[in-house]
Amino acid sequence: MIAAPATAPSVPPAAAERPHSPGRDAWLRLRRNRLAVVSGIFLLALAFTCIVVPPFLGQGYADQNLSLGATSPSAAHWFGTDELGRDQFARVLYGGRISLMVGFVASLVALSIGVTYGAVAGYVGGKLDALLMRVVDILYALPFTIFVILIMVFLKEPMNDLDAWLRRFDFLKNLQGIGKIVGLFAAIGAVEWLTMARIVRGQVLTVKKMEYIEAARTLGYSHARIIFRHIIPNVLGPVIVFTTLTIPAVMMLESFLSFLGLGVDAPLSSWGTLIKDGADKMEDFPWLLIFPGGLFATTLLALNLLGDGLRDALDVRAAKD
Amino acid sequence: MRARLLVAPIPALLLLGAALLAPGCAKAPALDATPGPKILRFGNGTEPQDLDPHIVTGVTEHHIISALFEGLVTYDASSEGTAPGVAERWETSPDKLTWTFHLRPDARWSNGDSLTARDFLRSFQRILTPSLGSEYAYKLHHVVGAEEFTKGKITDFAQTGFSAPDDHTLVLRLKHPVPYLLEALKHYSWFPVHLPTIEKFGPADRRGSRWTLPANFVGNGPFVLKTWLSNQMITVERSPTYRGAVTPRLDGIAFYAVDSEDAEERMFRGGQLHVTQTVPLGRIDAYRSQPASPLVIAPYYGTYFYRFNTTRPPLDDARVRRALALAIDREAIVKNILRAGQEPALHFTPPYAGFTPGEVLRPELAEARRLLAAAGYPEGRGLRRIEILHNTMEAHKVVAEAIQQMWKTGLGVDVALRNEEWKVYLDSQHSLAFDVARSGWIGDYPDPHTFLDLWVSGGGNNNTGYANPAYDRLLATALNAPDEPARMAIYRELDAIITRDLPVLPLYFYKRVYLLSPKVRNWSSNILDNRGWQYLDLAN
Amino acid sequence: MLRFILKRLLETIPVLLVIVTATFFMLRLVPGGPFTAEKAVSKEIMQNLEAHYGLDKPLGRQYLSYLADLAPKRFAPWRLFADADRNGTLDFDLQAAFGINLGPSFKYPNRTVNEIIAGKLPASLELGLWALLVALALGITLGVLAAMRKNTGVDYAASTLAMVGICVPTFVMGPLLVLLFALHLRWFNASGWYIAADRVLPAATLGLVYAAYIARLTRGGMLEVLNQDYIRTARAKGASELRIVLRHALRGGLLPVVTFLGPAIAGIISGSFVIETIFQIPGLGREFVNSAFNRDYTLVSGTVLLYAGLIVGLNLVVDVIQVWLNPRLKFE
Repeated sequence: MIAAPATAPSVPPAAAERPHSPGRDAWLRLRRNRLAVVSGIFLLALAFTCIVVPPFLGQGYADQNLSLGATSPSAAHWFGTDELGRDQFARVLYGGRISLMVGFVASLVALSIGVTYGAVAGYVGGKLDALLMRVVDILYALPFTIFVILIMVFLKEPMNDLDAWLRRFDFLKNLQGIGKIVGLFAAIGAVEWLTMARIVRGQVLTVKKMEYIEAARTLGYSHARIIFRHIIPNVLGPVIVFTTLTIPAVMMLESFLSFLGLGVDAPLSSWGTLIKDGADKMEDFPWLLIFPGGLFATTLLALNLLGDGLRDALDVRAAKD
Repeated sequence: MRARLLVAPIPALLLLGAALLAPGCAKAPALDATPGPKILRFGNGTEPQDLDPHIVTGVTEHHIISALFEGLVTYDASSEGTAPGVAERWETSPDKLTWTFHLRPDARWSNGDSLTARDFLRSFQRILTPSLGSEYAYKLHHVVGAEEFTKGKITDFAQTGFSAPDDHTLVLRLKHPVPYLLEALKHYSWFPVHLPTIEKFGPADRRGSRWTLPANFVGNGPFVLKTWLSNQMITVERSPTYRGAVTPRLDGIAFYAVDSEDAEERMFRGGQLHVTQTVPLGRIDAYRSQPASPLVIAPYYGTYFYRFNTTRPPLDDARVRRALALAIDREAIVKNILRAGQEPALHFTPPYAGFTPGEVLRPELAEARRLLAAAGYPEGRGLRRIEILHNTMEAHKVVAEAIQQMWKTGLGVDVALRNEEWKVYLDSQHSLAFDVARSGWIGDYPDPHTFLDLWVSGGGNNNTGYANPAYDRLLATALNAPDEPARMAIYRELDAIITRDLPVLPLYFYKRVYLLSPKVRNWSSNILDNRGWQYLDLAN
Repeated sequence: MLRFILKRLLETIPVLLVIVTATFFMLRLVPGGPFTAEKAVSKEIMQNLEAHYGLDKPLGRQYLSYLADLAPKRFAPWRLFADADRNGTLDFDLQAAFGINLGPSFKYPNRTVNEIIAGKLPASLELGLWALLVALALGITLGVLAAMRKNTGVDYAASTLAMVGICVPTFVMGPLLVLLFALHLRWFNASGWYIAADRVLPAATLGLVYAAYIARLTRGGMLEVLNQDYIRTARAKGASELRIVLRHALRGGLLPVVTFLGPAIAGIISGSFVIETIFQIPGLGREFVNSAFNRDYTLVSGTVLLYAGLIVGLNLVVDVIQVWLNPRLKFE
């Protein structure tokens, strides 16, 4: 087997000489990166707006005004309205909730699978490590997008049923389409964990060989203590960086699924479905594309810039490229 | 870090590979923008399954097959009436049960063979053969013994009502009068196929034979198959052996397999297509406001409706169904969402010459609320959540969202949407696994019978659980009605029963909305969106 | 090296087997079958149809006979392209070369899955190739420019341009390019795959995404190399900046790009369905997505298998190139 491809890290020896409280240094370095700071602030503001503001708008994402139809942005409707006369501002904010949620949760799914898998492989080592990593190598060779589509086609019905079942409970009543979102998490998370597993394993291997870990072992510290006190803090950096960079990838994947009609269900909408609908109408009702598309692109950009900034700050090389 | 080798070989290798692949595309037919041969470029929706008239089931296939084959009769220049096809004249017995067709003696296949009544007989036998598994065999079941033959109860084809006293005479004996028989004969299931060609590539009753590939193809229509580029286009060219009433004026037709309506619209605008299948919803207004607009809005014999599952409470209660039907503002849906002049449907069977509805819905919110309260759900209280099932498609989604909103605000009914992908949706519909399901029906032939036939108890296309013996009895008398007015009166009554019982909720009557280049001459379209290709012409 | 390649190929067999098995059973569990139609099909007809395609047999039997059809029966890779068909496209005859029979298509009765794949693969491969060329040309140029003028306007402009590719979905970029170049400027056809010029817009749309990644990789790689001793030496000797970049730095600076080629190729090949739909290209991606919706069981399995095989194969090629470029790596 050949050394890891681009997406896997080859952690430089320099990482081993990192000072003991890397958090503070990293924070200082990050603060000096203006683009990353601006991105971070933008993302926080966006998440806050999408989560907190919608209930106070006085307009739901599904409230129609058929006689109004599609209108361009105005004082009453900042982002205009779509053909059903629905307020596009509300739809974009609610859509942002879903897109951000899909991005974060699916990335977390990928993160948990990847970290566990990689950590086990790296820490246990030996034959098990070889086997586990062989599996990852093999899975790497599979046509991911194809599999996500297959999984979504396959999960669609069970998720529709799950959805119907969940909505029987009163407190979940308004979460129509939740089943489909769960399906998205599963499908995307299931294919995005591979790189994470490689990164974590590589990091664990490096840390494991360090002298102070050896020392801790000879002193008879428990595995748990070694893992939590020494290994996890060292692995954290790359994991944070890579997660930040996974979120935009996941959001992009979600938008592709929307293009194929495998995204979230009406009347719910994600940025992906809004952009897909808007792209079809960009000549007649450009605002239906510009606002969700602009926010989507800006968010992806911010996530990428923040990821880059974090990588530089945490001195993680080749987390994504 | 030192690397000894240049990276340069990689792009070079890639270029080399591209160069190797390029000859493949160079030979593909270039799209000719300059006038020359008159080729109509027709946007034809999805890729056709096959071009065997006894195998296919779709509309896209119908377009191509009706250029490649000709049945006993065909469309006239206006496309509304009937013109002689392979049969030059025909007569009916006084009891309307025996039809005799006299075939044109000079009728030819595209390979020069003469086309006789025996060819028709062998074709009918082929489509009815059980082992072929033809999904449209039932279209021939009007003829005595045809159904039994398909089910294997008769194995001797001579016992059926198809016969050929001589080479140029074909006789059909029917089980019951079929007033719309001539219209039915225009469907490809009745078209002749060239059995000697089919048998060259395997047994006549085997699916998936190669006789429909361009090199092997033999037909009898105004055009013959020239090329078939899968997922791109099928081209046909004028047949030298065709001896119909008119000689085709076009040199050929290119049927483009375009499965994205947005791409299709862009192709039309870029001058790559003369005719499209459809127009994206959002573009209709823009086209409408153009001077000399290429937008065509033509009547289309079909109804867009929602099926109720009448076996599931609370939808088994006719009052609930009626309340839901009355609470919909069809005008608003048609005007604001569909925007192409579709007609709100206040009864089920679409408008047709001679047919008038016996009863119509009068949408009124107050009455709807009263009915819902009478059914035990005042202001929707106590009513469980109702699910609208629709297949994944923007237009269906938007209409369903509007109706969801109308039921919610008007009646207080809690509605959820369920979007299923086509095959799953069909499965749910056939197995009655839904509350309310979006549906549509386009007439098989231009006659109200094709619509009212749907609601017969246990019918294969009923899919609502609706069963009404009185309805079934009345429907059974329709084809035996003494004359046309009497027959239409029966349909009027049948339609009224549906409007009263509402196993379905009619929403609007379809319109065909598409783009047509002003270069296309003699364009016509009947209410089923069919036409004879031989009449069309192109201006230079 | 031969041993390495053989080992990799052998390892692929169980993977492909797992894929076949998973797809086979997953597909049949999804509601709706290949013959589910809008208009009711009578019971007799349905039975005849299922009997024709062997769908009436127990699932286990169907699976085993499918596997038997798939199993390679001969080894004659030279016949893969021997029998080029009338249209002059590259033929990809798995039956003649390996005796692999992917079965009949349920949706398209007069074509086999082998034929459909052979017919659709060339367009996808060609699209992928052009896209890769666009990605490399544009990505490397932007990356080098950005690295040479680090932290200047040029760098920021190049980085921003690259970011556009990462942040704008192809199904927005594609129609935008069509509107501008096909409908407004009238330089190209809006869609289709008939003449050479039809390749430009799709390749640009798909290539742009990967150009963005490649630009970032190149910039990073170049910056690292430009700090190396031998570059400083070259500078000290008074070599021009352009000469330094082209003669000395580019070789090393592009190593990360080469490593990225594997994932990029996989992404380009299996991610082309959006482009194929927007531009109506007769490729495998569109066929795959349609076949999944049509429940054309054999066509779905066949396409997935081919994708997997293709990506495994291309990754192998990339790995070999990588070792060839970087002698510090070894075949293991």
